[in-house]
Amino acid sequence: MTVPAQKAPEAGAPASLRPARPRWRETLGLLVRNPTAAVAGLVLLAIVLVAVFDEALAPSGPNEIAVEDRLRPPSWAHPFGTDDLGRDILSRVVLGAAVSLRVGFLAVGIALVVGSVIGLLAGFYGRWVDDVLMRVMDVLFAFPAVLLAIAVLAVRGPGPGNTALAIGIVYVPIFARVTRASVLGVREEVYVRASRSVGASDWRLLTRHVLPNAAPPIIVQTSISLAFAVLAEAALSFLGLGTQPPDPSWGLMLAEGRGFIDLAWWLAFFPGMAIFVTVLCFNLLGDGLRDVLDPRQRTLMAGGGR
Amino acid sequence: MTAPVLEVEDLRVQLRTPRGTAHVVNGLSYSVGPGETVAVVGESGSGKSVSVLALLGLLPARTATVSGRALLHGEDLLAMPADRLREVRGPGVGMVFQDPMTSLNPMLTVGRQLVEGIRAHGEVPKTEARRRAVELLGEVGLPDPGRAVDRYPHELSGGMRQRVMIAIALSNSPALLIADEATTALDVTVQAQIIDLVEKLQADHGTGVVWITHDLGVVAGIADRVLVMYGGRCVEDGTVDDVLERPAHPYTRGLLGALPDLTAPADELATVPGVPPAPTALPSGCVFWPRCPVRADPRCETEQPPLAVVGASGGSLPHRAATWCAEEVSLV
Repeated sequence: MTVPAQKAPEAGAPASLRPARPRWRETLGLLVRNPTAAVAGLVLLAIVLVAVFDEALAPSGPNEIAVEDRLRPPSWAHPFGTDDLGRDILSRVVLGAAVSLRVGFLAVGIALVVGSVIGLLAGFYGRWVDDVLMRVMDVLFAFPAVLLAIAVLAVRGPGPGNTALAIGIVYVPIFARVTRASVLGVREEVYVRASRSVGASDWRLLTRHVLPNAAPPIIVQTSISLAFAVLAEAALSFLGLGTQPPDPSWGLMLAEGRGFIDLAWWLAFFPGMAIFVTVLCFNLLGDGLRDVLDPRQRTLMAGGGR
Repeated sequence: MTAPVLEVEDLRVQLRTPRGTAHVVNGLSYSVGPGETVAVVGESGSGKSVSVLALLGLLPARTATVSGRALLHGEDLLAMPADRLREVRGPGVGMVFQDPMTSLNPMLTVGRQLVEGIRAHGEVPKTEARRRAVELLGEVGLPDPGRAVDRYPHELSGGMRQRVMIAIALSNSPALLIADEATTALDVTVQAQIIDLVEKLQADHGTGVVWITHDLGVVAGIADRVLVMYGGRCVEDGTVDDVLERPAHPYTRGLLGALPDLTAPADELATVPGVPPAPTALPSGCVFWPRCPVRADPRCETEQPPLAVVGASGGSLPHRAATWCAEEVSLV
């Protein structure tokens, strides 16, 4: 009943006894082979770099008002044009990237961690755990999303951090539900039962067997939610609860440009494009990641067999 | 006589279903000695799988009610706290599941899954566990175990996967191995290899084996003892020779009669007419009477016959059957 006499592992073990090469490198390699995901990843990387080095990259300050230059269409001096106060739109888009992305990542991060833990526990343990957790989620879900976010911001006051928190709370039940539904299916798989039959702990079952196999819908949900979070930040800023003027954020710029749409389209167009490209890239990267993380797809992509 | 590895007494399992309570196992008793193989046979839906899943607490707790006793080396599996049960799974009882295509996690290499079983019981360094994993894969006859250990399940054939499952079940040298239709999904040559493998391991480790199957050919090849299940009950048990050569229960006789004879081509296969009773609505009287061709006793339709010794047994074990009509069957 004990493991037979164990010899100390010899120095210089044969190649077959060494673990395979790190998985993340293989994953990265395959991701690069998927052109759509690779391009999306590169564009996102560029956007993130812009957001990080925004101060250095912006041609002028975000709030340098030049009334005589107001509402100028795109030109060499102002590639994205200027707004109604003569501020350079390119600079504001660059500086707004940091705000929008920070809020988006933070909000989805909160929702992903809290929501999937709740969904995992509810789906795996079932019974009263499921009932209690999911009823709480139902209550959260019953509030209109914007109203709930407004309530959180009304209590905690406006600002990027609180905006992220508010959006995160709104998205928690979505992640909880997606995760729970996926876990309910995986929980009944024979390999979970098989792993339990050799004495694996609940922690192991959850982290090694249930979560990885339940992950694809969660990954897709993450990329979609990142997109929606950027838009939600825009909506809240539009209502005056998110980013406060004169700070730039893509959503706020979109909202401010709305009034000039037939007079000066570039006010809304460029921040809108920034949101569009970011959201699209998140989605494409999410799809690519989902495929690459599945070992069955992996073999197909690597050209069948190794 | 040596102490049995497993002693099951009056095992009962009820499942709550939308159509009412299903009485899936109704008072099953048997024992397995060290190195002994007990074959559990019966049609689909006779409660074979549920009866062994119940032993390891693998039935969904929200719908299943399990009662009775199942002593593993004298310790009751059914009354065990969850922590202790987890320790027993693996070193105490290993289990091989029916479908090798779904019983491995597609996201992990087979090596990782083997290592998991080894490291779940005791502190084994990772490299040591990996060495054991390669060794085990070699033992179950997987070609090139050093490479196979880093393969994902989808890269292996069904037979190879089932060998991996057996390696996982054996990784903690269990006192009892439960094979739940372990070879049903495999073709006959692979099946023969797997049976040889289990017999060899049994001889080496003295493992008790419960082999669930509906293939009577496998039973004749592997079992010391046979237990025929029908409607969640044991309807006949005894040595392989007694049960297969001198069946006393009409159901066992029907099962044996349904074996196709390859030398005499027939237009139609012989069957046991009818289907097993729904566990939500078991018949009163003998569970088999609605399909029974004999029905020679007035009590058939009203009273469940007890498991009683029939005839003289050739072996050391009593040959028992739960029927009112043993004499009539032996005359047929």
